[in-house]
Amino acid sequence: MQHYIVELSKYAIAFIMCLYTFESFFVFRHDNELDRTGSYIRQCIYMFLITLLSFASLTLQRGEIEYIFFFAFLEIALFSVIVLFSMIYPLCNRLLVNHMCMLLSIGFIMIARLDFSKAIKQFVIVAVSLVIALIVPFFVHNLRFLKHLWFLYATIGIGGLGAVLLAGQVTHGSKIFYSIQGVTIQPSEFIKIIYAFLIASLLYKSTKITQVLLSAFLAAIHVLILVASRDLGSAVIFFIGYLFVLFIASRNYLYLFSGIGIGSIAAVVSYYLFSHVQVRVQAFLDPFAAIDKEGYQITQSLFAIGTGSWFGMGLNRGTPNDIPYVLSDFMFSAVAEEMGVIFAICMILVCLSCFVMMMTIALSLQERFYQLIAVGLGVIYIFQIFLTIGGGIKFIPMTGVTLPLVSYGGSSVLSTLLMFSVVQGLYIVRKDEQKQEEEEELEEEEFLYANKKRQKRKRLNF
Amino acid sequence: MPTKRDRNEKDSTSKKRRKKTRKNREIIISIYMFVFLFVGMIGYLCHFVNTSGQEMINYSFNKRQQILTSKNSRGTIYSSDGEIVAESLLSEDGKETRIYPYDNLFSHTVGFSTKGRTGIEAMANSYLINAHVSLTEKVENEVSGQKNHGDNVYSTLRTDLQQIASKALGVSKGAIIVSEVKTGRVLAMVSKPDFNPNTIVQDWNGYVKDEKNSVLLNRATQGIYPPGSTFKIITSLAYIRQHPTDFSQYAFTCNGHFTHGQDKINCYHGTVHGGVDLAESFAKSCNASFANIGIGLPRDQFGKMLQELGFGQNLPLNMNYSVSNLSVDGATSDEDMIQISIGQGKAQITPILLHLITNSIAGNGKVMKPMFMDKVLSEDGAIVKQFKPELYKTLMTEEESRVLRELMTGVVENGTGKRLRGLSYTAAGKTGSAEYNHVKEDSHAWFTGFAPAEEPEISVTIIVEGIGSGGDYAVPIAKRIFDGYFGTN
Repeated sequence: MQHYIVELSKYAIAFIMCLYTFESFFVFRHDNELDRTGSYIRQCIYMFLITLLSFASLTLQRGEIEYIFFFAFLEIALFSVIVLFSMIYPLCNRLLVNHMCMLLSIGFIMIARLDFSKAIKQFVIVAVSLVIALIVPFFVHNLRFLKHLWFLYATIGIGGLGAVLLAGQVTHGSKIFYSIQGVTIQPSEFIKIIYAFLIASLLYKSTKITQVLLSAFLAAIHVLILVASRDLGSAVIFFIGYLFVLFIASRNYLYLFSGIGIGSIAAVVSYYLFSHVQVRVQAFLDPFAAIDKEGYQITQSLFAIGTGSWFGMGLNRGTPNDIPYVLSDFMFSAVAEEMGVIFAICMILVCLSCFVMMMTIALSLQERFYQLIAVGLGVIYIFQIFLTIGGGIKFIPMTGVTLPLVSYGGSSVLSTLLMFSVVQGLYIVRKDEQKQEEEEELEEEEFLYANKKRQKRKRLNF
Repeated sequence: MPTKRDRNEKDSTSKKRRKKTRKNREIIISIYMFVFLFVGMIGYLCHFVNTSGQEMINYSFNKRQQILTSKNSRGTIYSSDGEIVAESLLSEDGKETRIYPYDNLFSHTVGFSTKGRTGIEAMANSYLINAHVSLTEKVENEVSGQKNHGDNVYSTLRTDLQQIASKALGVSKGAIIVSEVKTGRVLAMVSKPDFNPNTIVQDWNGYVKDEKNSVLLNRATQGIYPPGSTFKIITSLAYIRQHPTDFSQYAFTCNGHFTHGQDKINCYHGTVHGGVDLAESFAKSCNASFANIGIGLPRDQFGKMLQELGFGQNLPLNMNYSVSNLSVDGATSDEDMIQISIGQGKAQITPILLHLITNSIAGNGKVMKPMFMDKVLSEDGAIVKQFKPELYKTLMTEEESRVLRELMTGVVENGTGKRLRGLSYTAAGKTGSAEYNHVKEDSHAWFTGFAPAEEPEISVTIIVEGIGSGGDYAVPIAKRIFDGYFGTN
């Protein structure tokens, strides 16, 4: 019996994940949030089933009851988030809430399977983060003066990154982390959000050349500090984020294409300047030539995905721990190895669906400042996913960034949850805007109606 | 009549709408750009899993092999005529014994998996250790603690041709490769001396110490030999490229040797061939004439051509092989060039490279990747993987290959290959008698060729070490293989 459950759950999980993914695109057939409720509820059920089967399979194989308890706590936490979000913010976007919980669930399944003690640590961080995430939309919604604070954003951003560069912890030649009293944080993760606010606050009013130059200058400082800290992944994410916000704010294709051109030139130059870039590119071009050295990580990742194939080895049946830094940088490969490539592709589509949702929210926002924030966060989010997954499957050179919400790491998960809740806040702003518009329209109609009546009366009087 | 206020309102709302649609476009374009990027990435991922996913299991750095071998027993390898050439027997306690029913016959080609892995055992490893049995069977096996039967690999090898080739080589050292021209399917591959893979573990140390015989070396792919006169195929191709229109006007008078300054070479056994053209020089294998051609070839171009043909390059093979190192450039001396153009001196080649070049001549310039595996079936008979013939490279133009086929037909009709003349099928090829030391009597016997000459189906490449001339010793072996293939014993 136990074997049947373990073996069958592998296929069941892949199948249910397909259903979940299908629903997340299927909801768009309804315009009205209310009509989408059915899909959202089904998604929650699928999510629950996937987590249940995964933890059942883990418990049966490991024979340790802790997994059951962990599962229970996890479900309680996620259930509360889903319920609380829709209670506190009836206007929130439930698709994003679901996706957020789905990605967290996948992350917890894999982290618990790889290293149970880290899963507990991560759970505490996520629980706290979720509480913060519940408050954030309120601030975004109500604090309208946020758009004037560009100087503050720039100071925090450049100061924060600069502090890491000067006093950060050196890990593998790059300075990414900052240690305060034993707690290691990765400031670039949080500055990403502030950075999106910065660009938006600079470009929302006008895209006159002076504004563009100022924003380009400040963005460049961010990117250059990151390059100097050897955090290439974040540097590229910041660069691309700026580029797209500028493009959308200015509606100028010239900016986009010249930006991509400058970026390409910078990439080539950095290849010749920095040996660590050359190492990465070499490992990308022919990882098997240096299988025991520079190519070790990427080849192990490819082995994991290739061996796992479409349906995966089954949870607890592969060896994802062979991949160095699997918990932070190679979660995608671990998921693909044990849960299968079909499941992993569904996960990519869920991430993509988050991005499309964020951009759709941007699309409908009237307030320029909010719109640009949504764009900035959306692009930053999706490009990070592109970097980490593309790097793991040797589609592009490896950059070593996390898979948001799935990877292990407090800074990463907290900042992504903040990101999601900021977008939620923006979505609620949009709903308000819509309501206002409707009211205005209503008023207008009433006014016209009254006018007509008056004219009629006038005519009658004559 | 609309009031002024009305009109203003209408204008402003339509302006608003226009502004909105303009504003939206860039965001939509950005969405499309990223969706496009992701579609590309997912496509790449699917392509990777589909094409090279299985290969990933084979790397020794991938420790996941052990997981599979602990769950599945190793699959069976069949010949293309359905005979078992390698199988695993399971004892009561789940211990596996690998059995090779044909003992020495497939020693290098099927290889072994008991002391490292070689041959098909190595290239098919990922398939053999995977098991695509039904779910219920998998679970049943797991419950009862039994292993799943690994997937079975059907090779392209034919036991009958392998037996003929092995017998024909007898106790001599050497190698034979037989393959289909149009598909690249390898029908037989023999290397002698051979060994018994059933006892490889016990015999291993003895073989490693025995440097004189190099038993473990697969001479067909790893043996490096002087090509001798078979190299004249390449010299001829270079000459045809140098004189694309008037190569047939070539004329030379052979008096049994060729002198250039201090350097002198002789024809085989000092034979005087008299006045010859290109076809006759080729058919009679006139060393003097080819030295004469060789010295006039543009060396940079010749060097480039050698690279294109595969010298100094990696080959499309999933088994151990040696790279045939031979490079010629502007700095190559006349003396070297004379020797190289008749396949002596610095010239060296593996039988497999010569075989690929022959296949391209037989295949209108195109050479297919050598195929050793036909398909992989699960124990239940479901197809896991069907291999398809794949083009490797185009080495020469159709016209060039046609001219070379004519030259090689001439070898059989009125040259050194006449033992293949007057049979129920036509054949073409080139012999070689490669001298490998300065005692003139010692030479390796070469033959590389194909049949039928007009519409080639099958090609063979043969080398017999230190036995004598190719015409006397290698051509009869080719005849026996062709006879076996066309069923005309």
